[in-house]
Amino acid sequence: MPTVGVKRDLLFKALGRTYTDEEFDELCFEFGLELDEITSEKEIISREQGDSKASGASDIILYKIDVPANRYDLLCLEGLVRGLQVFKNKLEAPRYRRVSPISGEPQKLIITKATAAVRPHAVAAVLRNITFTQERYDSFIELQEKLHQNICRKRSLVAIGTHDLDTISGPFTYTAKPPGDICFKPLNQTKEYTATQLMSLYKTDSHLRHYLHIIEDKPVYPVIYDSNGIVLSMPPIINGDHSKISLKTKNVFIECTATDVTKAKIVLDMMVTMFSEYCSQPFTVEEAEVVYPDGRTCIYPELAYRKEKLTSEFINRKVGINESTEKIAQLLTRMCLRSQATGVGDEIEVEIPPTRSDVIHACDIMEDAAIAYGFNNITRTTPRTYTVANQFPLNKLTELLRQDLAAAGFTEALNFALCSQEDIADKLGKKISETKAAHISNPKTAEFQVARTTLLPGLLKTIAANRKMPLPLKLFEISDVVLKDETKDVGASNSRRFCAVYYNKSPGFEVIHGLLDRTMQLLEVQPACGEGYHIQAADDSTFFPGRCAEIFVRGKSVGRLGVLHPDVINRFELTMPCSALEMDIEPFLGHTAETLLTHDVPMQEVIKHKFPTRNGSCQAPAPGPTSTKTVFGDMSTPAGLKALNDFLADKSYIEGFAASQADIAVFDAIPSAPPLTLCHLLRWYSHIKSFQRERAGLPSAMSQFVLPAIPPASTHNASDDDDDIDLFGSDDEAESVEAARIKEQRLAEYAAKKSKKPALIAKSSILLDVKPWDDETDMTKLEECVRSVSMDGLLWGQSKLVPVGYGIKKLQIGCVVEDDKVGTDLLEEAITAFEEYVQSVDVAAFNKI
Amino acid sequence: MADAGVVETLLRRIEKVDDGVDSLEVANSLGVDHQVIVGAVKSLQSVGDVISAELRSSKHWELTEEGMEIAENGSHEARVFSSIPLEGLAQSELMKLSFGKIGFSKAMSSKWIRVDKTHEGGPRIFRTVESIEDQVREKLLLVQKGNTSQLEEKEKNELKKRKLLSEVTVKTYWITKGNSFSTTITKQETELTPEMIATGNWKEKKFKPYNFEAMGVAPDSGHLHPLMKVRTQFRQIFLEMGFTEMPTNNFIESSFWNFDSLFQPQQHPARDQHDTFFLSDPALAHEFPQDYLERVKKVHSEGGFGSQGYKYDWKIEEAQKNILRTHTTAVSARMLYKLAQQEKFTPVKYFSIDRVFRNETLDATHLAEFHQIEGVVADYGLTLGDLMGILHQFFTKLGITKLRFKPAYNPYTEPSMEVFSYHEGLKKWVEVGNSGVFRPEMLLPMGLPEDVSVIAWGLSLER
Repeated sequence: MPTVGVKRDLLFKALGRTYTDEEFDELCFEFGLELDEITSEKEIISREQGDSKASGASDIILYKIDVPANRYDLLCLEGLVRGLQVFKNKLEAPRYRRVSPISGEPQKLIITKATAAVRPHAVAAVLRNITFTQERYDSFIELQEKLHQNICRKRSLVAIGTHDLDTISGPFTYTAKPPGDICFKPLNQTKEYTATQLMSLYKTDSHLRHYLHIIEDKPVYPVIYDSNGIVLSMPPIINGDHSKISLKTKNVFIECTATDVTKAKIVLDMMVTMFSEYCSQPFTVEEAEVVYPDGRTCIYPELAYRKEKLTSEFINRKVGINESTEKIAQLLTRMCLRSQATGVGDEIEVEIPPTRSDVIHACDIMEDAAIAYGFNNITRTTPRTYTVANQFPLNKLTELLRQDLAAAGFTEALNFALCSQEDIADKLGKKISETKAAHISNPKTAEFQVARTTLLPGLLKTIAANRKMPLPLKLFEISDVVLKDETKDVGASNSRRFCAVYYNKSPGFEVIHGLLDRTMQLLEVQPACGEGYHIQAADDSTFFPGRCAEIFVRGKSVGRLGVLHPDVINRFELTMPCSALEMDIEPFLGHTAETLLTHDVPMQEVIKHKFPTRNGSCQAPAPGPTSTKTVFGDMSTPAGLKALNDFLADKSYIEGFAASQADIAVFDAIPSAPPLTLCHLLRWYSHIKSFQRERAGLPSAMSQFVLPAIPPASTHNASDDDDDIDLFGSDDEAESVEAARIKEQRLAEYAAKKSKKPALIAKSSILLDVKPWDDETDMTKLEECVRSVSMDGLLWGQSKLVPVGYGIKKLQIGCVVEDDKVGTDLLEEAITAFEEYVQSVDVAAFNKI
Repeated sequence: MADAGVVETLLRRIEKVDDGVDSLEVANSLGVDHQVIVGAVKSLQSVGDVISAELRSSKHWELTEEGMEIAENGSHEARVFSSIPLEGLAQSELMKLSFGKIGFSKAMSSKWIRVDKTHEGGPRIFRTVESIEDQVREKLLLVQKGNTSQLEEKEKNELKKRKLLSEVTVKTYWITKGNSFSTTITKQETELTPEMIATGNWKEKKFKPYNFEAMGVAPDSGHLHPLMKVRTQFRQIFLEMGFTEMPTNNFIESSFWNFDSLFQPQQHPARDQHDTFFLSDPALAHEFPQDYLERVKKVHSEGGFGSQGYKYDWKIEEAQKNILRTHTTAVSARMLYKLAQQEKFTPVKYFSIDRVFRNETLDATHLAEFHQIEGVVADYGLTLGDLMGILHQFFTKLGITKLRFKPAYNPYTEPSMEVFSYHEGLKKWVEVGNSGVFRPEMLLPMGLPEDVSVIAWGLSLER
């Protein structure tokens, strides 16, 4: 947000009254400004450079005012005063006029082809018979600087040059030359330099060196000459000394060179609208002619006034107020948007002046009305939007786990998601190339080189920072890491992890292991191979050899735990043994009946929206119907309308006793308001029109009244003119063809899917009791044997050991079989074959699925 | 606990006398070390007002080890004198005696003996007087018998200098009967035990009083991170208000969703290298909804949907650049686009609280990553008044009731409002958040119905 510094007393003089600081702050707040600071030059210098330097500085009170980033018309004292005075109804917004020179031709700026390689655009204007004072001059320079910093993006998009017109003579030429060929005396220098010399001269200039990069590596540099070969400026770096303006300057030539012509026009408009106030004929600007390389000419400044029409209903509806059309026109006029009611309904015509380049849509006008009304005068209402809240399941799980982990004696840590490459690779004894890390291209420090791929380094750093705390240190974090992921549109995705560390005089693997067991208990996963969880020795360079295990849940690896390698401990500047656990928690998400939100968006649009054409403003009626054919006939013909009129003679609605989609459909099929003669139809038409806002909410139709349009006979023209300004309308045909194609494709896919779906197979779930010979039978071996039985259509499930007495346990094991393929006899036979272990097999339960 | 026998004996002694006993005397008479009696006194003191003991200290003189030897055998010089026969003794012989060296010089200075250095066969020592009086021994014997007072201060000091005497301080207790004196004492219990409860003997026991001034033992517990606790509170508020949580678990976002879809122009300073973290790997996003992308391009470069547009050359290359998301509104944009892809629009209320990233150098007021809280409501005909009303409800749940709104600017909302609340402590209005109505240039290209308004607000969790 740009900040403008103005002298308080000067401001109050221009405003015609004084304010207390509080009053002025209040005024700013209401208008959307912020009185950021009340200070003086002396205070600023003493704060920045010390009291000794400040002794000579002025102690005139300065107001530092924050201006919204899109309000370039408020970047100087002149603009601020104008804005506030109009707002307070003390002044009518001035009308800015472009005039021809009284005598002779307008000033000409000729652009050569050579500029295309570096900075192709230029615009110009003249301020005639201007009177500068020191304050006005300072403000004039300051505004250029503010514009350069903001809309001009540090001169890269636009650069402004202002010149004393009486020291130079047109026509002017804007061209581009190799740096060695440009030679002139730059502003405030005593001798001539070539452009090459200038670039090295300004390398050390605290102000100008920031702009050098814009043209530095270009083969040619832009330059503007007058008809005598005098250099006006070398944009965007420096002006010539010859044409510099002073307090005595009467006529100012302003040129703006640019890479973005829209912004150049705005900038030129701002300069001339703000300072034409001081011309002998206030608010008039003398035109200048710009000649393009192709011979085209344009007159600048544009100073275009644009007219927009909108309704007071629109503003009342969007803001939530209820004001008359006249009142709203007055509100808008107070925001420098001259407005009046047109008399047609509640229509208002709004004139957008050249100073308000920020107004690009009706919603901008609506906002200005709301500001003038006063945001804080608007009644605060509660929307009646009815929705049911859902938690994001992953966050819900995270919240539940966090609570319980803290209850298990571990303390939650919160670490940055960004870190150095070293943290996630070298320090953990890994190679960065193996980490799947997302790399940042422009970090300011090594702390932000990559997005973390593991939570462990963050927790170890937290421990290092808390080494003085009493042992043991027990920390955990549940948060996201980022991994490269080809399946995502951006090529990376987050993964929710749970990490815990235990730091003490002994490694405490059993503590971390216990935490894993507790976590699994919370997640309702049983300790067991197969359907449950188990851990299994693994090799990992982060952990001490032989002290690392991989965690498997339902056969899938979800993470690791173990005692950290002493090298890892040392690299994090720790001194005690440490054990750690890190695992994915996403595999534990349960199923939910609610629809899940994801941030993946469909890449192919299935629903075809009707998009308004460019010409259609916000108030434009809904786009024309695709079909006018209805059961009552063609609505584009008088006969069709007549038939509908007759139908409605004794009915309120097309269908039933309430408005429904049937009414909407028929309504949409009518191209324009029906003639006055068809009174029944007209009555119905006006009534249905009043449902426009809630149309989508109306009940659906019982039957179809509108017939589909005849498919277009014309084929899509491939060489359609791309420059067609009709944004989407022209694509309607193509879209419907496309839609039909997609629909067909989807149908085909669906059919294919359906055909692949196997016919219903009868299945049963069986629970078997397998009894061993005695209490010395190895039950794990027995289970292994049972599970080794494999048949087509047989799937082993969970098992448990059930004591039967005298220390003997039986194995209870579940399985699912396809009835056609596997019978219980077959199963029993196969199991009793393991005579060594199995005494008998019984079916404990049998259920059809 | 001191020996129970000693305690009992001590109590009996105290019982017999009226005024009291001295602990040292008791020790002497019982023939036990004084420290044993002191221990008994301490343990009796701890069981209540059985006895009262007054600490006394006294000084007295005692012989050192050397002093004891002298008191027994006589001073060194006297022993030298007595060991010299009349015919004299060779000096070398004398020096062989244990007391020879010290006794010789003392006896010489007292002129009790003489040395004949010229005698044949080496120096020889002879008596010079007939008899002597061993004063040192006599003085020491006086002290030993407890008659120290008969010695002059000067004499005592001289003996002290010769390390024959030493002054010792003795601390003793003057023990008298306490208010609840009794010769039979019961030991006070510190804690209730399972045995006491089982046997019921806690009824007879006396218990040591607790020191309620001391702090308790810190419980062995874990804690949640304070910021995450605040996050939980905010989540709760949103859920209470019927808001559904958005899936914000995607830190890496394309510029398209983070900026372009929000109608934030490509030259906007927020898209500068200085403000946003760009990625080098994966550097570009490779997939976009193509139709939507075209509409976004048009609205930026040419306008449409009732807008003038920004009128600049929109580049897909710029939109493809991957970044670390600068706001969670990128996810809101995805959600709203998906909402627009529904067959029929349904009103929604969404919220999210998650990390966002800015390329800042760390200092006290700037973090490179922080948590953004965001609320979004999409429905037909929402007004600016509705936004203020819902913000009022939201902040009331936070305990903030005084709100006012300042017009502001944001590329993707219009109107935009900064939310200020009155801070009772600071006595001024402070900014607490940002809010606004999403621009039609953002919503209409997505395909949302024209009369649907989307209101939104955001604040920082860290504030």
